[in-house]
Amino acid sequence: MPKPSPEMAEIEWQDARIRCHGRWTVDRLTAAVERVSRAPTPAAAEITLDASQIDALDTAGAWLLQRLRLQLEADGRAVVIEGLNSQFADLYERVRELGTVEPPRAGRLGRLGTVGHRTLSALEQLFAFLSFFGAVMTRMGRLLLQPWRIRWRSVGADLHASGATALGIIGLLSFLMGVVFAYQGAVQLRAFGASIYIADLIGLSMTRELGPLLAAIIVAGRTGSAYTAQIGTMKVTEEVAALRTIGIEPVELLVIPKVIALCIALPLLAVFADIMGILGGMILAKAQLGLGFTPFLERLNEAISVRSFLIGIGKAPVFALIIAMIGCFQGFRVQGSAASVGHHTTISVVQSIFLVIVADAQFSVIFSWLGI
Amino acid sequence: MTQLSETVLELRGVSTRFGAVSIHEQLDLDVRRGEILALIGGSGSGKTTLLHEMIMLREPSSGSIRMFGEDILRARADLMARLRQRFGVLFQQGALFSALTVLQNVAVPLREHTGLDAAFIDQLALLKIRQAGLPADAALKYPSELSGGMIKRAALARAMALDPQLLFLDEPTSGLDPVSAAAFDELLLRLKQWLGLTVVMVTHDLDSLWRVADRVAVLGDRRVVAVAPMAELARIDHPAVRAYFEGPRARAAQPH
Repeated sequence: MPKPSPEMAEIEWQDARIRCHGRWTVDRLTAAVERVSRAPTPAAAEITLDASQIDALDTAGAWLLQRLRLQLEADGRAVVIEGLNSQFADLYERVRELGTVEPPRAGRLGRLGTVGHRTLSALEQLFAFLSFFGAVMTRMGRLLLQPWRIRWRSVGADLHASGATALGIIGLLSFLMGVVFAYQGAVQLRAFGASIYIADLIGLSMTRELGPLLAAIIVAGRTGSAYTAQIGTMKVTEEVAALRTIGIEPVELLVIPKVIALCIALPLLAVFADIMGILGGMILAKAQLGLGFTPFLERLNEAISVRSFLIGIGKAPVFALIIAMIGCFQGFRVQGSAASVGHHTTISVVQSIFLVIVADAQFSVIFSWLGI
Repeated sequence: MTQLSETVLELRGVSTRFGAVSIHEQLDLDVRRGEILALIGGSGSGKTTLLHEMIMLREPSSGSIRMFGEDILRARADLMARLRQRFGVLFQQGALFSALTVLQNVAVPLREHTGLDAAFIDQLALLKIRQAGLPADAALKYPSELSGGMIKRAALARAMALDPQLLFLDEPTSGLDPVSAAAFDELLLRLKQWLGLTVVMVTHDLDSLWRVADRVAVLGDRRVVAVAPMAELARIDHPAVRAYFEGPRARAAQPH
């Protein structure tokens, strides 16, 4: 126990009399609060709180005094406060009126309740997504009949932002992916003396799977998140509401141009990723296996059919639709605050990458059923 | 403690320059203990800049500012930290942390600066919330769920969390409807009475000026052109002052 200093709020128990002294202000209360919550209730039926030697009292100090009183009263003691000077008495009276021991608590759910709550909110989100998807699709259908009403200027801007500016990062990463794949393949193929098949390995894996998937994942992280943040911020600042009152349907201005732009941009990015990946593989094949560019390209020509190229590229618009729809949907789910924008942007990226990979797996299953 | 003439905040020869533009030149101002001082002046007269200098968010180019007798421009970090606990600030938009509930917002200064236990802090925070005139069930709401008037009250509760002796308010009634604004004025007067607060407020609200301000400091020509109770200001002949007494809005606000 530290030596009591006259500057701190102090309490002394003397049976039926509790002496309070020192400065009862928020910065000097810590020890006193602990003593109050730990103190045994005196045996006497009537207890006097002697407050005459309190040098300073603020709201926090007044509340501690009141809490001590409530605590004693709860144990069936009658309490009298004595000697509180008039200046402090006013403050104490206010605090006595306003203070309560039980702070409000949010209703806690039990374990079963939590499961139920989560399930319902997941279902609610699914339902909300489906109705959002439906709303966008019907409007899209209507707009396609009147293509001059589509906001092509926004489409162009989105095409630039999500497509052209992504070329650098997608090109670099696909190139490196091609190098990595070719390196792994080269070691195995050389052992079998089948070095030339490096072209098949790189060509097929890039065009059918990796190119579109890599492009989609980068776009989901880069563009999907930007869509969510943009729409979410516009919701926080009530711009979305303003659009609606001006008579512009937010979906028409904010969602449809993005969907169209991404459905055009992502297949193009996938082709670019294919090319850069194969280039990476080709350069590594030359360096590691001594395979010249000409035989590599000739072999590539035989290995990749137009069909496998199209299968890869055909998946890209589906990925684009997933990314754009999730990105915009999560943007519209934002409510109220800056923290909500961050929260939904994270969800948007996680969900769109997850769904892109699930969709890719679905495609593989379907293609193998169809024997393509 | 009851000496009314004691100076809580003392500005001497404060000059502020942004590049070549001079905002304040050799500005003097005293804030006395226990008073509500209103700071007025046209747009661009440097009210907010001056307020930021008083609350240690910005340093003037030259001059001295003493708070509770301490020179805040030469103060070391630990002294500044202690001084910061002795005043509270209500920002114009409330500046509540949007990720926290009202109760958590009010508890932030208490958790940060006191060693009190969590239950006591929650009780105290709730007390402050009710003291600011909010119902107890507002405590669990997030700032985005509150109306403009409630945000101001919640922000006031947070500014008052550590029972500061000095309170700075930046346009406390702006954006409030007249009824809420009047209620806020009343609240301020009552808090001043209970807690012996000293208040510095920047305001444009003519009704507040008449109703709550003990003295009004008028900024103009890069300095304080007058400091006086509203009724005395009416006799001062300076364009920056006259603007507050002439014109239909000013006349409507004057007590008859």
